[in-house]
Amino acid sequence: MTHVADANHSGGLGSGLAESSRTILEHYQAQVRTRRIYTIISIVVFLVILGLSLDFANNANSGKFFERLPYLFDFLKHFVPDSPMEIFRAMFDLPSPYFDGSIKYDYTSDRVWITDGFYIPNFFYQLAITINIAIVSTIIGASGAFLLCFFASTNLVGAGVTRWVIRRIMEIMRAFPEIVIAGLLAAILSIGPISAIIAVSVHTVGALGKLFFEVVENADMKPDEGLRAAGGNWLERVRFAILPQVLPNFVSYTLLRTEINVRASTIIGAVGGGGIGEVFSLSIGRDHAAKTYAIIILLLITVICVDQFSAWLRRRLIGKQSFEFGRAAA
Amino acid sequence: MIFSVPSINAAERERLLTTYPEVFHRSFWQRWGLAIAAVVVLVYLGFCFAFFNVIPTFVNGNWDRAAVYVQDWYSWRAQPRLRFLDGKVVPQWTSRRQYPEGANIDWLQPTAAGYTVTFGGDNDRLEVTLTQVDVYLDGKSYPVTLTGGKTLAPTDHPARIVQEENRVVVYYGFAGQAEIRTSQVYVQRRFLGWANFFFDIQSPFWGKSTGELLGLAFAGDRIDPAQSNASLMLDNFLHNASWQHGDIFSKLMQTLVMAFVGTLFATIIAFPFAFIAARNITQSKPVNWVMKRVFDFLRSIDMLIWALFFTRAFGPGPLPGIAAIFFTDTGALGKVYAEALENVDDKQREGVKSVGASPVVVQRYGVVPQVLPVFISQSLYFWESNTRSATVIGAVGAGGIGLKLLESMKTNGDWDKVAYMVLLILCVVFIFDNVSNAVRSRVMGKRGH
Repeated sequence: MTHVADANHSGGLGSGLAESSRTILEHYQAQVRTRRIYTIISIVVFLVILGLSLDFANNANSGKFFERLPYLFDFLKHFVPDSPMEIFRAMFDLPSPYFDGSIKYDYTSDRVWITDGFYIPNFFYQLAITINIAIVSTIIGASGAFLLCFFASTNLVGAGVTRWVIRRIMEIMRAFPEIVIAGLLAAILSIGPISAIIAVSVHTVGALGKLFFEVVENADMKPDEGLRAAGGNWLERVRFAILPQVLPNFVSYTLLRTEINVRASTIIGAVGGGGIGEVFSLSIGRDHAAKTYAIIILLLITVICVDQFSAWLRRRLIGKQSFEFGRAAA
Repeated sequence: MIFSVPSINAAERERLLTTYPEVFHRSFWQRWGLAIAAVVVLVYLGFCFAFFNVIPTFVNGNWDRAAVYVQDWYSWRAQPRLRFLDGKVVPQWTSRRQYPEGANIDWLQPTAAGYTVTFGGDNDRLEVTLTQVDVYLDGKSYPVTLTGGKTLAPTDHPARIVQEENRVVVYYGFAGQAEIRTSQVYVQRRFLGWANFFFDIQSPFWGKSTGELLGLAFAGDRIDPAQSNASLMLDNFLHNASWQHGDIFSKLMQTLVMAFVGTLFATIIAFPFAFIAARNITQSKPVNWVMKRVFDFLRSIDMLIWALFFTRAFGPGPLPGIAAIFFTDTGALGKVYAEALENVDDKQREGVKSVGASPVVVQRYGVVPQVLPVFISQSLYFWESNTRSATVIGAVGAGGIGLKLLESMKTNGDWDKVAYMVLLILCVVFIFDNVSNAVRSRVMGKRGH
């Protein structure tokens, strides 16, 4: 009977086990217990941090969460265009029947005339600026990252100093707040899309550079050995051994980056970089409902189109491969 | 590349051609694709160059101010005006003065008839009197006369002294410059470093050396009888009027909280919903479809839109930031999680199912152990990236360090404070990157991403 009691003591599963097996079981259960205790402790710590954070956030906010919650949709309730057609008119800069001389209903004066008879609606023009900012800065950033990444990878550059310096440069470019670059350049060049382009480009160099050199480091070095044996110099080895392997991944990451940069240039625009972001933050700030909804619809369509197009292109270029990890460096 | 190509006979050549046709006959796109793409990109860049008016913008840029702004990042300017009032030379300071009343300033010393301003050494200085300013450049004296309502530099003056219609400007390089008029001498004296970084001029600790401060903190008599010197020092430091350390720390904390809480809530919400969206786990096509479109919708609305909307709802502060990050990332994380779930190994689920486990237990023991490392790793990536984007979201109106940065930049005079905040942000981002990398490699094991 003592035998059974012992077995029960060790959890009930050990009955009929040999002495050595029972020791193993006991150790296993002890480990499970320790792990549970650690899990519970970390969850409690986590919850405490979360609670403190929430309390801090709530106190720092100008409106308190629970006070404001019932009124969350009040803003939306008052933020209704006079008629659904108004959104359409605001989007295409058509004259509004509600026009009373205020800019709220003044859609027509913002038209961007290309010829005497043909205009581009203002929001479409601003959207084009934003998308062009995103594309140009992706091109500039990807080129910069392309030039830097080979000097940051262990398998191509022996000098630790070079690698260290290039990697730190990339890290700083990645972490440097975009609004500071945009703000400094806006103070020098006056507010406009160029400061946004430079700000987003700098960030893109850092973000893509990191992804690129990780791809280069994972490249198969056998072609490189072959070229080395045939007497190829460093440039030739990179061009003919490494580049063909990494180019598909580079293209894929660059496309992914384009998606992210469309969003980034919208936000930078709101801070003073021009484009649709600026128009949007003005119109929501001035309570121009129809204009705001028109921009939201345009932005939604744009983001979905860019995402779908880039996903399609990526699938065509390198086949199905999950590249959501690329968002990490955003 | 110079290869010594061994000559091959016709038969060998034929064999190579038939064995590897794809090497010798490349398609049009393979051959010219890269070149065509490069040309298209260049043409496009040229178009954008014109579209964005790059040249006029750069030509019209305030490049002279640019140098000052950049220098302000790592140095500071003292800008007294030496006014000629009632037959005396009186230094006047703006509200941004860096010296307390009556301080003994070693580069600005009173003399019998006026003031001596030293720019670096005795060779470069100004002797300011009511009637004449002696400008010393590299040891040579150039007297600028102020008589008769006119400022006149000597005719043999070098290029660093510029005579303008009613003033004379002297440039001392980095050390500063002086603008001499009949009514005043406006001195700008530049020094490396950040002025009054620890204590402002109201503080009793202003201008004390490190040794003196340590002595005061641990041994000296109490300056304020209500609290110890060390605590007074901390209080003075945090409430430094020109640097606002306390405010900046609190704003930085808000930004970090935004990223942390936003990502955490997004993770918590996306986790169960991803199970609904995954085809292999919830076997109902319409439900999967609806859930995935919800994720797409949340993801596609720009973070800017969420941020501005919630700023209107909750007022500026961390709450709109949290909400913006939460809504965008619920969509993004949900999509990634659902993809990870759809790629799980079915054998483990079947194993758990075969012993008669309930559906929840099947997911808990058959699926979660497989995907948890991926989930945690992805959330950490998002946390890292959100720490950065929270800064920008803040600038849009959600508050935090972003708004503080924007305010400091708007004044065009606080670039040293901007540099300080950038440095803080860089430090925090580096620390968080390393923490999240460490956690990720622990969770993912050796195969970490």
